[in-house]
Amino acid sequence: MAEPVLELSDLVKNFGALRATDHVSIDLKPGEIHALIGPNGAGKSTLIHQICGTVRQDSGTIRFAGQDIGHLGVAERSRLGLGRTFQVSSLAPEFSALRNVMLAVQAQQGTSFGFFKPVMRDASLIDRSMAMLKRVGLQDRARLAAAELSHGERRQLEIAIALALNSKAFLLDEPMAGMGPEGSKSLTGFLDTLRQEAPILLVEHDMDAVFALADRISVLVYGRIIATGTVEEIRRDPAVRAAYLGDHA
Amino acid sequence: MLTRETIVNIVLAALLLAVPLAANASGQPFYVTIATRVAILALAATGLNLALGLGGLVSFGHAAFFGIGGYAAGILASHSFSGEPLLFGLSGTKQMPLIWVVAMLVAGLVGLLIGTISLRTSGVYFIMITLAFAQMVYYFAISWPAYGGEDGLSILVRNQFAGVNTMKPVSFFLICYVLLMLALGLFVLVRGSRFGSALQAARQNEVRVATVGIAPYRIRLTAFAISAAMTGLAGALYADLNRFVSPSMLSWHMSGELIVLIILGGTGRLFGPLAGAALFVIFEYLLGGLTERWQFFLGLILLATVLFARGGLLGLLAGKARHG
Repeated sequence: MAEPVLELSDLVKNFGALRATDHVSIDLKPGEIHALIGPNGAGKSTLIHQICGTVRQDSGTIRFAGQDIGHLGVAERSRLGLGRTFQVSSLAPEFSALRNVMLAVQAQQGTSFGFFKPVMRDASLIDRSMAMLKRVGLQDRARLAAAELSHGERRQLEIAIALALNSKAFLLDEPMAGMGPEGSKSLTGFLDTLRQEAPILLVEHDMDAVFALADRISVLVYGRIIATGTVEEIRRDPAVRAAYLGDHA
Repeated sequence: MLTRETIVNIVLAALLLAVPLAANASGQPFYVTIATRVAILALAATGLNLALGLGGLVSFGHAAFFGIGGYAAGILASHSFSGEPLLFGLSGTKQMPLIWVVAMLVAGLVGLLIGTISLRTSGVYFIMITLAFAQMVYYFAISWPAYGGEDGLSILVRNQFAGVNTMKPVSFFLICYVLLMLALGLFVLVRGSRFGSALQAARQNEVRVATVGIAPYRIRLTAFAISAAMTGLAGALYADLNRFVSPSMLSWHMSGELIVLIILGGTGRLFGPLAGAALFVIFEYLLGGLTERWQFFLGLILLATVLFARGGLLGLLAGKARHG
């Protein structure tokens, strides 16, 4: 069995009396899409925050790309290759789509302490950024400000940024949310090929997408993983059906 | 292709040059001094614009850097005059370029120090902590008798610049004008650079910057130090313009004035500080001639700007700012 790229072991996080993360252990193996599902308030966001470094866990470890990252800041984890998209898109709204990606490319190239060379004449930044925009189908919208893009386009832009970071793993927080049926379908196709590049931890409410894409599914309820398994195993699991899937399965 | 903003900028730069030259030719040096004041305030505000406009760092303590620059000029000049050694046996100097370097270094280092602590906070706390630091510097200057304390420090003869008679108002104006243009050039470079991208992105969305792997803190700290150094340079020129430095250069009124200049002219815009400084000095001169309470009317104008013309004068003349 291949070594997991991302591995959470026995993670615990309390907010006062509320245990938002209750001894969670999951991992992400090369080439797979591991979906994380669960009802609202199950603690999916809190878990994502701990992986990204915006929230510090109370106990347990997070290993990524062969090292313990539990004590690192957000920027350091990103530099190691943890690429993420947000539940509500998080971009530099005044910058064009292109310049949003260029920021990621410049970070990837190593230093942001260049004071004199204009970025808009830097082919090494622009070419690679355009290539990433092309991959998500945004090349014709490159010069528009991020704030002027549609909801779905902002999602695509976030993915382009994560691609530009040469991510070793993708952490996608509800990428399908608010996408029309057409958008969801094309994004599903795209993510299907993306797993070859780097494994994906996919938090998603759209069960059609989850069942179409996931190699494994983990179900989070009240901060605890109640089941992990293949699509078929999860569909059949009585506890999961009771807690979450209902008539969906 | 020139954008509307570029044309506005060229006109502003040309006006700032033409008016004092014309005034000088027609024997009215007073207007040359006014224009010099505009250029120096614009330089100070351009420094602040780097932190505030590009980086969104609302520093309410830039008077500290302005005053430190001023005291650097005053202290170096006074030691040069008295012949007493300054520190470690080093003597004072009357040479402007050396004074400028010292002013920028000291202001930049103090900026680094203040920024190191202040930038751990944000929003209102950042505003208050920068104010607090500036007040500390202010009270230090007041209670330090060696350099005049509350009374300030006179510069008997304006400092020197090789080959130029700096006592001639128009010559000194040209020195300030050239430095302002250089600072604006640096602002353009920084704004368009990788560093500038990260700085502006951190203002728009800090989480986004961290998520691509850039730590916003170091970017902001560097910007804050550069900003402080530029405002420090303006302070040194201001001291030479008035041939006098006093703690009033360090007071919080000065910090507020610099923010007001930027808001009047257009926050984050290249020529915002110059437009704002020109407006401010013109108001001060025109309204100040009519009533002692001219600042009341300035307040009304500021209110109108914030309510109806968020982009300041540049926003009115050149439309919305555009990023690549």
